[in-house]
Amino acid sequence: MIQPTHSSRRILLPVSGWFIHFTLVSALVLNLIPFGRLPGIPDWVALVLAFWCIHQPLKVGMGTAFFFGLVMDVANAAIMGQHALAYVLLAFAAGGLSRRVLWFPLVQQALHVLPLLLGTQLVMLLIRMATGAEFPGILYFLSSFVAILIWHPVSLVLLLPQYRPVERDENRPI
Amino acid sequence: MPAGGHIGHSPPPFFKRGPAPLAQLMLFVSLALLLLVADLRYRTLESTRLMIATLMWPVQKAVLLPVEGASDAGSYFANLTSLQQENAELRKRQLAQANLLLRQAHLDNENLRLRALLEMQEKLDVPARAADVLYAARDPFSRRIIVDRGSSHEVEVGQAVIDDLGVIGQVTRVFPLTSEVTLLTDKNQAIPVQVGRNGLRAVLAGAGSGTMELKFLPANADVQPGDTLVTSGLDGIYLPGLPVARVTSIDRDNSFSFARIECVPLAGVERHGQVLVLGTRKILPMPEEAEEAVKKPVMGRKARAAALKPH
Repeated sequence: MIQPTHSSRRILLPVSGWFIHFTLVSALVLNLIPFGRLPGIPDWVALVLAFWCIHQPLKVGMGTAFFFGLVMDVANAAIMGQHALAYVLLAFAAGGLSRRVLWFPLVQQALHVLPLLLGTQLVMLLIRMATGAEFPGILYFLSSFVAILIWHPVSLVLLLPQYRPVERDENRPI
Repeated sequence: MPAGGHIGHSPPPFFKRGPAPLAQLMLFVSLALLLLVADLRYRTLESTRLMIATLMWPVQKAVLLPVEGASDAGSYFANLTSLQQENAELRKRQLAQANLLLRQAHLDNENLRLRALLEMQEKLDVPARAADVLYAARDPFSRRIIVDRGSSHEVEVGQAVIDDLGVIGQVTRVFPLTSEVTLLTDKNQAIPVQVGRNGLRAVLAGAGSGTMELKFLPANADVQPGDTLVTSGLDGIYLPGLPVARVTSIDRDNSFSFARIECVPLAGVERHGQVLVLGTRKILPMPEEAEEAVKKPVMGRKARAAALKPH
């Protein structure tokens, strides 16, 4: 794995499983912060899930998506299965796109991720509208746009542990 | 490789990828749909939800800390004039209500005596419990808040929640330390009301974007903009006479059978602060049930007499 691949121009170390789960749980905690009805707060779990499904389609897939979807359903007091269904579809689409997306630079990657996140929101919207909830307004979709704006920094942060050199160098921590 | 002789019998381990993506998708989608149906149609998942929510409570509490800290810091730096204004306002309101409050005990007693005189049933008082609003649920499709009183404080599903100005909603889910209140402006929440001016009864339901709608009233119903709606108490949940909403606009289009009557809530439904969770109201038995209740002890006595009778 110590050679540049299409997933990065830098040589990446293999990813550690616990770091993936740590980032997903951190995203969940970020999602739990109560912002009330403020629009434009990104769905961190969907974002991090999409990232790992694209970068590590063999390690993170629909099972992980389903589990975190269930936890989100409870945390959000939503209907059980709403987030689970949306995240599973997101993971499937992201996994399918992973070979294509990583050839592009980060900005164009973000444009690939936008329809995935919008689709996730649309699935949730359809489920809730079918059960008679009110339409939350067009600003509801703002959170996906905010999410792709931060795709660049989020990608760098999530790849940080893989950027470490194999040999430790005291003058270069990362 | 130790299993060199068996090459061709099973794929090498680095090609192991589990079931095909499409098969996985089918499995998880059907599982999710199953959950959706189970939750929506049969409401069977409340215990699972309770369990996961209880496990997640410490995390939720920890996440709440910075938010509370920020709001505390904000209120610490709130300037003196706004506090003085608020103080003056509260004083004024207290003085305005003092007249009513001072006479309340006297009126209560008088009411009790009159009701006894007329042999009417006593009006039941319900206990109330103050609670702090922790946060608004993050779900953008519904209007719910989480308050810091739960089943360990004897809060039950269905109890009414009010603030200092009127009704704000109803407890819909109870966890050990918190409970979830669905606000009146939620589209799936309805409350039986009557027009304060003439006692006309109707049902008020959430209409989205913070407003409410008075439903199923004929186009010629005697409702005017500015009318105050109070709870009718017919549901057995809300105490009668609590202020709920004010009528803002009426659209009497004769091509529809019902008038379109828009209202705004009187209470600070979308504001946060302290609320009061009213205890469960004792529901008076229905007439037929009441008759049975009267009959039962008689039958019991008969049976006892029959049993005591020497053979």
